Amino acid sequence: MSTATTQGTSVGAAAACAEPRVIRERGQREVFCGLTGIVWLHRKIQDAFFLVVGSRTCAHLVQSAAGVMIFAEPRFATAIIEDRDLAGLADANAELDRVVDRLLERRPDIRLLFLVGSCPSEVIKLDLSRAAQRLSARFAPQVRILNYSGSGIETTFTQGEDACLAALVPAMPAAPALLPRSLLVVGCLADVVEDQFRRQFAALGVDAVDFLPPRRSGALPAVGPGTSFLLAQPFLAETARALEERGATRLPAPFPIGVEGTTGWLRAAADAWGVDAARFAAVTAPGIERARRALARPREQLEGKRIFFFPDSQLEVPLARFLAREIGMVPVEVGSPYLHRAHLAAELALLGPDVQLSEGQDVERQLDRCRAARPDMVVCGLGLANPLEAEGMTTKWSIELVFTPIQGYDQAADLAELFARPLVRRTRLVA
Amino acid sequence: MQLTLWTYEGPPHVGAMRVATAMQGLHYVLHAPQGDTYADLLFTMIERRDRRPPVTYTTFQARDLGGDTAELFKDAAREAWERFRPQAMLVGASCTAELIQDDPGGLARALDLPVPVVPVELPAYQKKENWGASETFYQLVRVLAGPSVPPPGTPRAPRPAGARPRCNLLGPTALGFRHRDDLREVTRLLERLGVEVALVAPWGATPADLARLGEADFNVVLYPEIAALAARWLQRSFGQPMVTTVPIGVNATREFVAEVARLAGVDPAPALADESLRQTWYSRSVDSTYLTGKRVFVFGDATHALAAARVATEELGFTVVGLGSYSREFAREIRDAAKRYGVEPLITDDYLEVEAKVAAAQPELVLGTQMERHIAKRLGVPCAVISAPVHVQDFPARYSPQMGFEGANVLFDTWVHPLMMGLEEHLLGMFRDDFEFHEGAAPSHLANVVEFRRDPAPAAARPDATPIAAPAGAPAPATPAGRGATPVAAAPGGPDAVAGDGPPSWADDAEKELRKIPFFVRAKARRNTEKFAQERGVTRITVETIYDAKAHFSR
Repeated sequence: MSTATTQGTSVGAAAACAEPRVIRERGQREVFCGLTGIVWLHRKIQDAFFLVVGSRTCAHLVQSAAGVMIFAEPRFATAIIEDRDLAGLADANAELDRVVDRLLERRPDIRLLFLVGSCPSEVIKLDLSRAAQRLSARFAPQVRILNYSGSGIETTFTQGEDACLAALVPAMPAAPALLPRSLLVVGCLADVVEDQFRRQFAALGVDAVDFLPPRRSGALPAVGPGTSFLLAQPFLAETARALEERGATRLPAPFPIGVEGTTGWLRAAADAWGVDAARFAAVTAPGIERARRALARPREQLEGKRIFFFPDSQLEVPLARFLAREIGMVPVEVGSPYLHRAHLAAELALLGPDVQLSEGQDVERQLDRCRAARPDMVVCGLGLANPLEAEGMTTKWSIELVFTPIQGYDQAADLAELFARPLVRRTRLVA
Repeated sequence: MQLTLWTYEGPPHVGAMRVATAMQGLHYVLHAPQGDTYADLLFTMIERRDRRPPVTYTTFQARDLGGDTAELFKDAAREAWERFRPQAMLVGASCTAELIQDDPGGLARALDLPVPVVPVELPAYQKKENWGASETFYQLVRVLAGPSVPPPGTPRAPRPAGARPRCNLLGPTALGFRHRDDLREVTRLLERLGVEVALVAPWGATPADLARLGEADFNVVLYPEIAALAARWLQRSFGQPMVTTVPIGVNATREFVAEVARLAGVDPAPALADESLRQTWYSRSVDSTYLTGKRVFVFGDATHALAAARVATEELGFTVVGLGSYSREFAREIRDAAKRYGVEPLITDDYLEVEAKVAAAQPELVLGTQMERHIAKRLGVPCAVISAPVHVQDFPARYSPQMGFEGANVLFDTWVHPLMMGLEEHLLGMFRDDFEFHEGAAPSHLANVVEFRRDPAPAAARPDATPIAAPAGAPAPATPAGRGATPVAAAPGGPDAVAGDGPPSWADDAEKELRKIPFFVRAKARRNTEKFAQERGVTRITVETIYDAKAHFSR
């Protein structure tokens, strides 16, 4: 379908030097909604529970996206709206209170409860922020209750994390004015990556480093005018805005993917902290060296291969930049659900104006373009991967790129391996 | 509102997708927000289908809600028609679109497409996946076969002399539990009877095929959850009788053959003598003696749960200690069967309730869905999966039907093998610290282990309990906190700390000896040994005390 293509398919002016070429489309979007973020968020914040207020579809989605029941006792659940809840809103609020009572009684270990809005709760205008206030009054200080929307009508896949983190920002304590400046790293990272970055910042002399989200909800970092923040993920528009409203300053940088991205990202902090060039070089050299060495092998397998990205996590631009500049792959089309021009500025400059970008989606037309281009590799969601494999294309599931530690020097080769593996597999299988 | 950790069924439009995806030449246009496309991966990843489901989603967003979502739907439907050129279209709404009330049926009619358009209204806040599949199949059959329905009262023309009897097989869909293999097994069974399969639907059928459903002599309903409604309509409209016995298990398969033979007017003998049937002999062979009276808890969709309870009792000699289903539409059948087995019927789609009931029933084997597999794992009870909701493991590469005589063989293997491991463990692992069966391996979620430890009557606490039934978290209840879980760590502080009437202390070598006993009987061994020692005023337990106690209690 390509409904609402009233604006049609417009190809940006390629001639304009810095302006990237962008196909903008509105049609069927083959993407997850923001509820999917719960799958990794609930593992990251270890005392948080995510209660989706939605339909059976929402429950089924989260369950299916989580790989069908990997965790016997998950820290997420759905309050499924039923017919009688739709009859009147007062009723729905009382029902929600009852569900939260039952849940917190069952899980006394929970310290932070997110009420997560969904398409149906948005459409019936169930006010979850008021519900969160009401319930907080009852359960504070044992349990903090916040809300955000992961609905498909408002969020695409990773934007659910953005909405969740943005909901945490008002709960962050105010940094005392007299305190020296601090660095805040924003966006879910694997614990191992977080620890690596913490060591690197310490070596650079940047000692006051916090991460959002924290691993325990009680450890929410402070924020204030003395806070500079680095985005670790490219999909955090709302969170960045909320932090800026608290007086924090964003350090513009590429994203810490690959050697170049990681170096640029660390350098943004180093420059802000006035770290001299020699020290920066000394701190980063070992990581850069290791990564370059480790990238040699996947580069042999991937160099010159043409790659096509379907929109998914908004990681597509940094990934394409890494694959193009450090691995020698050739991006055919780089699709992203949304291109945040300001946050991607450094990335787009590195990627160059000649790469075909696309924003939004009309999946059928994009499939047509993909088939016509016959790329060596297609990065796409789980709904498309097997059908494209069956058509003879080699695919990489994009969701794995969100679930795997890929940031930083020591993960650069792991990231490249994720792309090399499907191609290697093809060459191995002879049956 | 219902608090739901896991759902047994998806929303009703997923049921509609299962029907549409099973068919050929049909396209489903679904009014749904962005994100609902997740359902595609159920088919492409879990079932490993090599094609996308034939579904177009409108994927509206918040900004569209202020505008014209109805126009969005019409554009989507028109473009889907132009691109896919289906023989018929199915149109409907998912839960969110139901709230905005755009009337996909009316909008699609207004498009005046040159093919039949079948609207399906699936109330997402009341109904679920199987109901959605059933309703969708029924509406498709009614709309597409409707034009060939004879006037009421028209007698059914007798089958021409010499013509082979023909039947339709109704019910198999995409994402069904072993539908692919059941279909092959039942087809083979019918071939042996000399009955021709006229059509299979929805599996592999085109809309044009559905129009010809009335031609066959009778219908076979393989999955009542999905096809009973349509089959009843076909019976009323075309006078086609229907076979409702579901051939799962040897006895049910024999009854199925008899029923088909009667309707087809053929001799049942060729299908009854199946040389590949091994289950009946395996069940009678002496090594199966230990299966006698095994306590089984059965939960699944109605068809598979009912069949499993019957096979368990009649064909394997188990005792059913729990029977339940999430198929509310078949609550009556489940209640009737539960009465026969003398158990309380459990009709619920609340996973937490099922979990509590399984724990309370203390079964030695759980026959359930993937979710009961998790419950069983936590309780340390073996489990075999008998029903949807499906998991990627439920689509084995090998032929693995549930129906027919080969299906009965498969049931024997899949239900007995988890128990075999228990037996091996019992005999071989009695005094060996198995690398898999240690207490740290089972409970991955502490919160629940604590909960189950509070359970006043875990199996291990009963003197007659069979070891395998002991919940993984059971060691604790009768022993001081922390002891059951970390006996070695507790030992150093133990000896001196114990005084007066407290439990006797354990010598280090005795603790080590105790650890060689499989964890699921260790708590009992510890308790018995301590009781034995206390009764005799022994304050320090040695290796000798353990074996003295063992001898005492095994008298």
